[in-house]
Amino acid sequence: MEVAAKPILELEGINTFYGQIHILKDVNLIVREGELVCLLGGNASGKSTTLKTVLGIVRPRTGRVSIGGEDVTRLATAHRIERGLAIVPENRRLFGPMTVVENLELGAYLRPKADLKAEFERVYSLFPKLYERRSQLAGTLSGGEQQMVAMGRALMSKPRLLLMDEPSMGLAPVLVEQNFEIIRQVNEAGVALLVVEQNANVSLSIADRGYVLSTGRIVLEGPAAELLQHDDLRKAYLGR
Amino acid sequence: MDVFLQLTLNGLTLGSVYALIALGYSLVYGILKLLNFAHGDVFTVGAFVGFGALQLLGGVAHPAVPIWLLLVLITLAAMAVCAVLGVAIERFAYRPLRDAPRIAPLISALGVSFFLAYSLQLLFGADQRDYDAFNLGSGVLFMTGFTIPGTEVRVPLLRIVVILCAFALMVVLWLLVTRTKTGKAMTATSIDREAAAMMGINVDRVIVFAFVLGSALAGAAGVLFGLRAPFYPSLGFLVGLKGFTAAVIGGIGSIPGAMAGGLILGFAEAYTQGYVSTRWSDLIVFVILVTFMLFRPQGLFGKADIKKV
Repeated sequence: MEVAAKPILELEGINTFYGQIHILKDVNLIVREGELVCLLGGNASGKSTTLKTVLGIVRPRTGRVSIGGEDVTRLATAHRIERGLAIVPENRRLFGPMTVVENLELGAYLRPKADLKAEFERVYSLFPKLYERRSQLAGTLSGGEQQMVAMGRALMSKPRLLLMDEPSMGLAPVLVEQNFEIIRQVNEAGVALLVVEQNANVSLSIADRGYVLSTGRIVLEGPAAELLQHDDLRKAYLGR
Repeated sequence: MDVFLQLTLNGLTLGSVYALIALGYSLVYGILKLLNFAHGDVFTVGAFVGFGALQLLGGVAHPAVPIWLLLVLITLAAMAVCAVLGVAIERFAYRPLRDAPRIAPLISALGVSFFLAYSLQLLFGADQRDYDAFNLGSGVLFMTGFTIPGTEVRVPLLRIVVILCAFALMVVLWLLVTRTKTGKAMTATSIDREAAAMMGINVDRVIVFAFVLGSALAGAAGVLFGLRAPFYPSLGFLVGLKGFTAAVIGGIGSIPGAMAGGLILGFAEAYTQGYVSTRWSDLIVFVILVTFMLFRPQGLFGKADIKKV
């Protein structure tokens, strides 16, 4: 990945509090165009809070969030999505009582409906299963299929940056591999990704760079290949 | 048989008004999980605005415009004023409390309810008023009509207008919610507000839209109610409670449920009035409410609230 690529997401000096509790401590993070970056950390490390800060669900007490060079720290979630963000949330958060097609349409909520045909085709070619299931209610699908809907829904907006919150959680190992293969394909198509994961092994194997969060602080960062070899990380996350 | 038909007609008229009110409760509850207890008083404001518009247009005896246009204009006036009122209520009474514990907006809602009811009383007095529909357009709405063949049951034009108008509004609402992009956004927001925001849906705007729709329907209901019965400033409390009951029967948050609940309640009230006693009708209505709360709190069309694990 050439270093010259423009940053699409920047977190600078983020400090986030829940009441009195200091959750994120001076977090700095950057994702450049076309990059696949993973954010690793165990439970309660601040991974989810970092994503919520990016989305504007949680406001930092100090620090700056920029998307495509524009300061969005004060903007509401919907306005950040407008600037090219999409997310596959933790637990997928599908609209269960709505059909697969309706879920996908909502993913493209900010785009004119006339333009969606190509997007539908792209999503269906990535996940042929979804075409078969298109009129079914999303809530009635299996876990793996729901993950596909969540992915497809996020891609419908043609994002510049796709956020993924624990894509491997709750999935059988074979599905995890398929899932990461699709993440890699999406990235190769030019979409930048920030993948938040506990599963360091799988995510680092496809990532360009990685960050490691521990109790709200970034304790390690660097190219994925280097992190995979790093002693501390191997001890903490890979169990070797 | 004649009595039954007459009561059915009464129930249908009353029930369609309750359904319009219930829709407002359901729309707002579906999205905010808030019982908007000021809704009944928005309905009363609608009745008063329609009355005012009627006076401005020359009154019942000599309306300045044809009778059908008069009805359209007073209904639209009530809907418009109530829509603005609904937006104001949301902005100043509920939005600041969006992240507060749920009891806080509930108390705020009751406060708004009292504020509206007593403001009307202060401005217009506590007297009953009515649109004098008997004389409206020189009696055209009451005198014209037809008799159901083979019976003595008379159906005045006014009844037909009220029922058709209510159903037309429900159809429009249904199309808005199920067929338009904004409607889909409302549905998505009611399923999962945070996930809706993650799709780029401006949740604040969706909430305002729900208040606009609900309050406009309440305004229309106020006019339709005023066309067939007297109204007064504190009326909203009782009628609002009935609209709320209708919403609960149908399953609060469900749009078809609100329509069905309104009609069921209208029929229950009409048949009780006819076959038992007018004194018992309110009692029956609230017995139905309590029964549903106890045995089927999710209502007819609602799904049991399954907590995610």
